[in-house]
Amino acid sequence: MSSAVIVTEGLTKRYGSTLAVDHLDLQVERGEVFGLLGPNGAGKTTTVLMLLGLSEPSEGRATVLGLDPTRQALEVKRRVGYLPDSVGFYERLSGRQNLAFVARLNGVPGDEAERRIGELLELVGLSEPADEPTGTYSRGMLQRLGIADALVKDPEILVLDEPTIAIDPQGVGEILQLIRDLRDGRGVTVLLSSHLLYQVQEVCDRVAIFVAGRLVSHGTVEELSRRLVGNRQTFEVGVRGDPEVAAREIRATPGVETVVRERGLLVVAAEDDVRPQILARLQAAELQAVHLRQRGSELDEIYRRYFERSHGDVG
Amino acid sequence: MSGEARTGSTGGLAAGAPRRRPGWVTVARKEFADHVNSVRLTIVIGLLALTAIAAVYAAAGQIRDVASEATGDPSLFLRLFVLEFGDTAFDFTFFTFVSLVGPLLGIVFGFDAVNSERSERTLPRLVAQPIYRDDIINGKFVAGLSVIALVLAGLTAVVAGVGIVRLGIVPTPVDIARLVSWLVLSIVYVGFWLAFALLCSVLLRRAATSALTAIGVWIVASLFATFIVQIVADTFAPVPEQPTAQEALANVRLRQTLGRFSPGFLYEEAASAILTPEIRTLGFSLSLLDPRAVPSRLSLPQSLSIVWPQTVALVALTIGAFAIAYVVFMREEIRA
Repeated sequence: MSSAVIVTEGLTKRYGSTLAVDHLDLQVERGEVFGLLGPNGAGKTTTVLMLLGLSEPSEGRATVLGLDPTRQALEVKRRVGYLPDSVGFYERLSGRQNLAFVARLNGVPGDEAERRIGELLELVGLSEPADEPTGTYSRGMLQRLGIADALVKDPEILVLDEPTIAIDPQGVGEILQLIRDLRDGRGVTVLLSSHLLYQVQEVCDRVAIFVAGRLVSHGTVEELSRRLVGNRQTFEVGVRGDPEVAAREIRATPGVETVVRERGLLVVAAEDDVRPQILARLQAAELQAVHLRQRGSELDEIYRRYFERSHGDVG
Repeated sequence: MSGEARTGSTGGLAAGAPRRRPGWVTVARKEFADHVNSVRLTIVIGLLALTAIAAVYAAAGQIRDVASEATGDPSLFLRLFVLEFGDTAFDFTFFTFVSLVGPLLGIVFGFDAVNSERSERTLPRLVAQPIYRDDIINGKFVAGLSVIALVLAGLTAVVAGVGIVRLGIVPTPVDIARLVSWLVLSIVYVGFWLAFALLCSVLLRRAATSALTAIGVWIVASLFATFIVQIVADTFAPVPEQPTAQEALANVRLRQTLGRFSPGFLYEEAASAILTPEIRTLGFSLSLLDPRAVPSRLSLPQSLSIVWPQTVALVALTIGAFAIAYVVFMREEIRA
């Protein structure tokens, strides 16, 4: 047996004549953070709903923890925590009461529920406002309460749909740290969907890029990068001094293909990692490099490529 | 969502798992607590209590006026609920009051049951819990019906209490039994409107639209239904200026048949017979013209047996409305 906890084979969902998810084949391993990435309307939420048995696949099948989400929906929902896209709570109930309701629905006994909820509120940093009505919470607080809510049932898999949406940068950092802690501390498998790559790339062990219902690529961020650009690399170089001279110098470095000026930086495309050569060259020309950053392996770049490639297909 | 049908798939695991309360009980308890703490309950109770007490006060006054001739009337207490009061151009009794205003009670606790879960975005979270999807709608219906039962029982108790104090008559056990039967009937009737409001809340995404629709139907059904029925009956069974008995009878029969499609009409028919032992038959009968008919009183089981068809029809309407809401809710996609 492989350690895959989520497997989809040819998973397809049609709404009328539109294909929301098109023959999706995925495997998520136990204990990893898996990112489902793609623009809005790419079919991420639909996929998530099918994994939870909240929507029936038109074709193909999904297996979650060895169970069929359509036939064994209850058992799947017992073991999978779900944070929906822009989660909501009963506004007149406090955060604690909202979680207590979910604990009762999951059959968690009273004192155990109380203990667990106290712990989780502490974990997401909501101990203080826990007894205020959730109507007074900010979006970020609701999102964190949503994560606590998904954890009340002590799940083996955590499914987070757009966990960082509408949250300020500091809040995003906190949520990502929380996700990391959950994976490392509790061994929870996390499947998260997002269209904000910058934000989630650092936390994902593996990602799948999703455009217009189709899986365009998947693997670790480095794998994707290698597959996409081969050994080709892109760097940003910032130089103190005349940028024209610097550009000329860099262009003359063996292996460099193009140099483009972009907002005060020089963007260098090269066949290989030629950073040491560039630096040596600049030094020889008595130019001081103040910024040097590799761009090629970043998800954003990859994603933009795929996104641009299928431009027009996306609604 | 046929996939969520209650198949035996979880049966094997249930043995080892701790005993859990069924999902609908948890949902119903939460909804009930919400209703009880809601402002709308306070408003509805205030409105109903004011009207009801005014109504029974007037009825009690009239009973006192006629008390001399009514001495020895064994069901004097029940008169409180059936006596017409005020300007009798409009035969307004306590049970017609329930028939008119009761629907409001049902609508108030149902019109936003499902669509508010959507607009507050709590539905996706709720359906991701290990409960069957129908637990949600069943729990909401049970919670609404429980609150309605409480309010109606409380209201009846207040009216009876006011009557006892003001009239000084103590109800007999049979009176109480009749009152309880009427109460059950009233709960079923208001339950129909609860189910209808629930249906609106499933079909219409916005709570305001849903409330307006439900209230609109309620007003049309209670105020204009009689007119509509009359127009239809006069069209299909016209009554000339000098009608024969047959023509007049055909018109009345048609009116009654059409009227029986309305829950309000069914309820009023059944309620009047339960609360008035003298009513021997429902609908049109020539017995009044028969001088040999001896005025007498029916026992409670006899009264119940003549209202049985109305009661069954009312229960069927309620179940029908709920079933439509249930099916639509079960088939809906969670997103969208």
